[in-house]
Amino acid sequence: MIPLSWYLILAALLFGIGLFGVLARKNVIAILLSIELMLNAVNINLLAFWRYLTPEDIAGQIFTAMVFVVAAAEVAVGLALVISVWRRRTISSADELDLLKW
Amino acid sequence: MELTELIIWLLPLPPLLAFFLIVLFANRSNRASWMIGVGAAGLSFLGSMFVFFRALGADHFGEHPFTSQLAWLPLNGEAFKIGVLIDPLSAITLFFVAITVLMIFIYSVGYHNWGQPKGDHDQKGLPPHGATVEEHGHKHVVPSIEPMFARFFAFIGLFAFGMYTLVVSDNLLTLFVGWEIMGLCSYLLIGFWYGKPTARAAMIKAFMTTRVGDVFMLLGIALLYYFTGTLSFREILFNENVLHALSTHDSGVLGLSVAGLAGILLFIGTVGKSAQFPLHVWLPDAMEGPTPVSAMIHAATMVSAGVYMVIRMFPLLAAGMNHGHPTTPMVVLAVIGSITALFAATIALAQNDVKRVLAYSTISQLGFMVAALGIGAYVAAAFHLVTHAFFKALLFLGSGSVIHGMEHGVLHTGNHKVDPQDMFNMGGLKDKMPRTFWTFLIGGFALSGFPLLTAGFWSKDEILADAWAHNQAVFWVLAIAAFLTAFYTMRQITLTFLGKPRTKVAEHAHETSLWMTGPLMVLAVFAVGFGWLGIPEHFPGLGGLLPNWVHDFLAHGLPEWLYAEVPEFSWVPLITSLVVALGGLAAGYYVYRDVPSAEEDPAKKVLGPVHTLLENKYYFDELYDFLFVRPAKWFSEKFVFEGMDRKVIDGILHAVAQVSYWLGGIFRNYFDLPVVNKFIGDTLGAAVPQWFGAQIRKIQTGVVQTYMILAMVVAFGSLFIIMLTIR
Repeated sequence: MIPLSWYLILAALLFGIGLFGVLARKNVIAILLSIELMLNAVNINLLAFWRYLTPEDIAGQIFTAMVFVVAAAEVAVGLALVISVWRRRTISSADELDLLKW
Repeated sequence: MELTELIIWLLPLPPLLAFFLIVLFANRSNRASWMIGVGAAGLSFLGSMFVFFRALGADHFGEHPFTSQLAWLPLNGEAFKIGVLIDPLSAITLFFVAITVLMIFIYSVGYHNWGQPKGDHDQKGLPPHGATVEEHGHKHVVPSIEPMFARFFAFIGLFAFGMYTLVVSDNLLTLFVGWEIMGLCSYLLIGFWYGKPTARAAMIKAFMTTRVGDVFMLLGIALLYYFTGTLSFREILFNENVLHALSTHDSGVLGLSVAGLAGILLFIGTVGKSAQFPLHVWLPDAMEGPTPVSAMIHAATMVSAGVYMVIRMFPLLAAGMNHGHPTTPMVVLAVIGSITALFAATIALAQNDVKRVLAYSTISQLGFMVAALGIGAYVAAAFHLVTHAFFKALLFLGSGSVIHGMEHGVLHTGNHKVDPQDMFNMGGLKDKMPRTFWTFLIGGFALSGFPLLTAGFWSKDEILADAWAHNQAVFWVLAIAAFLTAFYTMRQITLTFLGKPRTKVAEHAHETSLWMTGPLMVLAVFAVGFGWLGIPEHFPGLGGLLPNWVHDFLAHGLPEWLYAEVPEFSWVPLITSLVVALGGLAAGYYVYRDVPSAEEDPAKKVLGPVHTLLENKYYFDELYDFLFVRPAKWFSEKFVFEGMDRKVIDGILHAVAQVSYWLGGIFRNYFDLPVVNKFIGDTLGAAVPQWFGAQIRKIQTGVVQTYMILAMVVAFGSLFIIMLTIR
């Protein structure tokens, strides 16, 4: 059987890729995608720990399902914001969205 | 697990793999895309045929179907199982799904102009507009390849995956998963040409309308799970104790039993998916998609899936039936089915778009199946489902071929004002497109129930015979609908293929390639031949010559207490079905044999205002717009936007701002000015904070990613310190 640590390494890698994407990509939609990647890394962790540590209990799955739901809602709001920004200012790049600066 | 079960598990996989392969790796290559798509459909086809013929050879197949389960989700000690099941009903469904899906894949290669040059100014999201090529020194316009060729094959691959999943499922949950995958794909495919506003509207309409049904279906599934603790077909439908308990337990809603309530809820899912009255409005608009999509959605897969599901759940619907007295869900089915069959047939009389006529005829034929199930004619409903899938896929693909031929004429004449889908622009295509004509004629005759030869006759005759034996009101409604069916089918054939060309475009129409006509010919064979497998034993002259295989095979898929007796032979339904089919065809030809334009449609003169009513589909779209769309828009604008968002939420924020502003004023007037300035002064005391402020404000770039990096540095730094101290 695959050891637990492999799943954790996979999740860590995914999380790292997602984090890099959030920090380094300019495109707002790419940033949203990277956030999804990070959330899914967390999901893998949740499921791996559930399966290996408390398989008799389904809380891990339920929690993952909750994360899905929240992630879907988050993307809906995020995309709505992106579209709204695009309509007003034709911008889809994160470093141009700097109205809050000094 | 035996080989057969293993193959059943693997059946849905090739199209899914094809989807991922095309999306991830092959999306730049049109050639690789169609090869992967058609190859995957071919693999699933071979697997399905293997399973189907194993099923034919199995002994006592009804009692011992192919099935296997996996523990999927552990729930309080007991695992929720998912699995596959091939019993007579799913075997026969698999048979027609595999064939029609493969044919549609092959046809799509030709329909999207494989092998043609790139268009001059084609854009993604719009149908191809044609390419100019130079040949023998002069230029002319030929059809151009679809700009999103690869994307199409990815989507229909996913669609096929949904359908195969649905058919091989042994429980309602995975069936519902396949069902929803198809819902998504139909949305994506109807809006395939998303550059057209009508296509965008149609895709949203289709998704929203079917969603109404799906919510009720999900409620039905939850209800069944709550009372039985399982969703497996074998455990619910073939267990008399469970069915008895369900049918005697009062649900507390409208005096229905649990079985009755669950049956009706599940049936509402079918009403949405199979476009039954009153949720039929999405299907005609779904014609905005490319024609192979119409065939996919309206013949082979999605709408069939809805009827397949109610046929599958028939023992539940019929639970509590005593001595042929129908249960409440069955009455609902019979009423909705008959209304749909008749009402859609009347709308089809007044449509001029070649695909819309077929769309309404699909709704009407699905109504036939639902009504048949409502009077307990399980075998007839399943039989008609199969034959209908063959001839309706044939008709849709044929109409696509006609439109393609007409588009060729449009490009040739350069007259883009002529609508290539309007039947009144056609005429005389018989000689231009002979292969399309003959196959379309076969499909049309099968749809009308042309006696003895075609498959449609045998299945429709069986429905009518059963209706005569069980419920005469249903019989007469269906008989009238059948007459109208034959009439509008012949109207369509006459307007499209017979007579003289009405426009220049029609004169220059051109037969389509073998990619498209090949699948037509294969489907034509089944549209004729499949009916011979279901000739009733008591049929005068022909009965008993061939074994009534369909009946023997399907009837054993039901639990024993539901075995329906074949109704006694009666001349009334037989003569009725002969008269309506031949009479309708003859009348259709006679009325429309020489009609020059849409304005002179004879139906318009005879029916007058009724024709306008039919042309506008009984104003259902307007009614729904008035009842649901506008109130929803009003609610979201007036209440949610102006009320909640502007007044309540923004109001709270504005109030907070006001309070802070007011507090700031107080601080300034009563603390800053009199105390701070007086004692510290504004020389050195101001310079120090100002310098700090100037330094620190540089980190306020306004760019969200800078903040993220800062947050990360702080988070990791504190984590590091915490870990150090814990050591």
